[in-house]
Amino acid sequence: MDITFTDVGYIYQMNSPFEHTALQALSFHVPAGTFLGVVGHTGSGKSTMIQLLNGLLRPTSGEVQIGDFHLSKTEKPEDFRALRSQVGVVFQYPEHQLFAETVAKDIAFGPENFGVDKVEIERRVERATAAVGLSPELLERSPFELSGGQMRRVAIAGVLATKPKLLVLDEPTAGLDPRGQQEMMDMFYQLHQEEGLTTVFVTHNMDDAVKYADHLLILNDGQKYMEGKPEEVLIEKDKLAQVQLDVPEMVDFLDAFEQTFKTSIPFHKQSAHELAKEIKAVVKGVGQDE
Amino acid sequence: MNNLMIIGQYVPSNSIIHRLDPRTKMVIIFLFIFSVFLANNLWSYVTLVAFAFLSIGLSRVPTRFIVKGLTPVWFLIVFTFILHLIVTKEGTVLFEWKFIEIYSGALVQGVKISMRFFLLILVTSLLTLTTTPIEITDAIEYLLAPLKKVRFPVHELALMMSISLRFIPTLMQETDKISKAQAARGVDFKTGKLTDRVKAIVPLLVPLFVSAFKRAEELAMAMEARGYRGDEGRSKLRALQVSMRDYVAYTIFIIMVVLLFVTRSYT
Repeated sequence: MDITFTDVGYIYQMNSPFEHTALQALSFHVPAGTFLGVVGHTGSGKSTMIQLLNGLLRPTSGEVQIGDFHLSKTEKPEDFRALRSQVGVVFQYPEHQLFAETVAKDIAFGPENFGVDKVEIERRVERATAAVGLSPELLERSPFELSGGQMRRVAIAGVLATKPKLLVLDEPTAGLDPRGQQEMMDMFYQLHQEEGLTTVFVTHNMDDAVKYADHLLILNDGQKYMEGKPEEVLIEKDKLAQVQLDVPEMVDFLDAFEQTFKTSIPFHKQSAHELAKEIKAVVKGVGQDE
Repeated sequence: MNNLMIIGQYVPSNSIIHRLDPRTKMVIIFLFIFSVFLANNLWSYVTLVAFAFLSIGLSRVPTRFIVKGLTPVWFLIVFTFILHLIVTKEGTVLFEWKFIEIYSGALVQGVKISMRFFLLILVTSLLTLTTTPIEITDAIEYLLAPLKKVRFPVHELALMMSISLRFIPTLMQETDKISKAQAARGVDFKTGKLTDRVKAIVPLLVPLFVSAFKRAEELAMAMEARGYRGDEGRSKLRALQVSMRDYVAYTIFIIMVVLLFVTRSYT
């Protein structure tokens, strides 16, 4: 689903003493199939932006276009349910939303609300369970007996079972162990590619952002601070430092490398393996010069 | 974003009423409630109203907050007034229409009773407007301290009060978060048949209770880890202190009570 924000602003509690501007003149466009990374500090407007994506909030100014759905201050989609059935949101700590007696029922809750028929629901529950790497034996257990990591997986399966076209992830790996974080992100990326999803990935982990995103949006204080390809945005160390964001470790390393060896290697989202090869080539080259 | 709502409608300020010791405020208000019932004629009511408005003026709380605090009870005040107007049959008939007769005594009685209501609510809401919930619990703990002699768990009661007050905003945020998460999964809290809407509450309440219990457990653990063992030998971070202001407040109150007795017998 295409996402287009045109001059979007959002003000909480308008016309009250507690008025608070969360978003201001935010414009951007991403075509369907993009893996969009959204980076910003606490209070930068990330959560507000997420809620605009599925109509939990409507902009107080400007316009939001999600696929065929149009949202503005005066216009709302006739059927919020249709919009929400196509936009799956994994909120922060999604395990807090579990409530049903069994894991299977909790995963089936979303599709049931969206009026999917019984046979299809069963199929989806099975597929979602497999996708998040839960063993099918757990399906008849109570979600509250599971470990934190398993609960997270159940909650994510519950969102995936609605078969969204646009998947919104708000820090989906916060609080998981490093191994679990890696697995989960790889799972999302695989889904993104296999199902041709559009993904909005909110994080403050720059290393994750650079690894998965093909378009980056950096928010600061409710406004767009930077936008572009990760390899272009993330090398601007000084500009990022101004809004208290770090560059990815890889960029840091390349900087240090350049200072020590007086040779620069450009940053192009390379993996550790690729980098090792590049260094080898450079070092050999240096050796030949002497 | 309901988390900005003021609990107990406390209005932060640095006025003299805000700075009074919470015990002073509670004692005076408690006694004021009794003195309201002593008033029996115009001048004694004038004394009470003057005292109430003096306190409000000194508190520098904007009038709209006070009016807002009174909105839920306007109905009650008006209702008692009308009830007294119709039921009381004293004095001369002022007005007659079909079977309704309004007596002069009824008018006086109605005004008196609704005036009492008005004063009671005005002054008690002034307490919550100018005192933080924590100060109120501290004051309650201190004022109820004599009950410890009969093994009444005063400290525990005060602790329970402050913990529940502390967690109201947290629970409200949690409710907001969970209802949004469930709305994203297609729950509709706002439209639909009543039975559907009641059913929609289950996915909201269950996670809310689960997290509240979890929080309680964590809190208990954290308190124990930091050596909490109840009231035994516990000192206070914010010790309550009686100062000159408080004596002045008591003095003004006593003057008012004396005036009240003077005007009362002045018939």
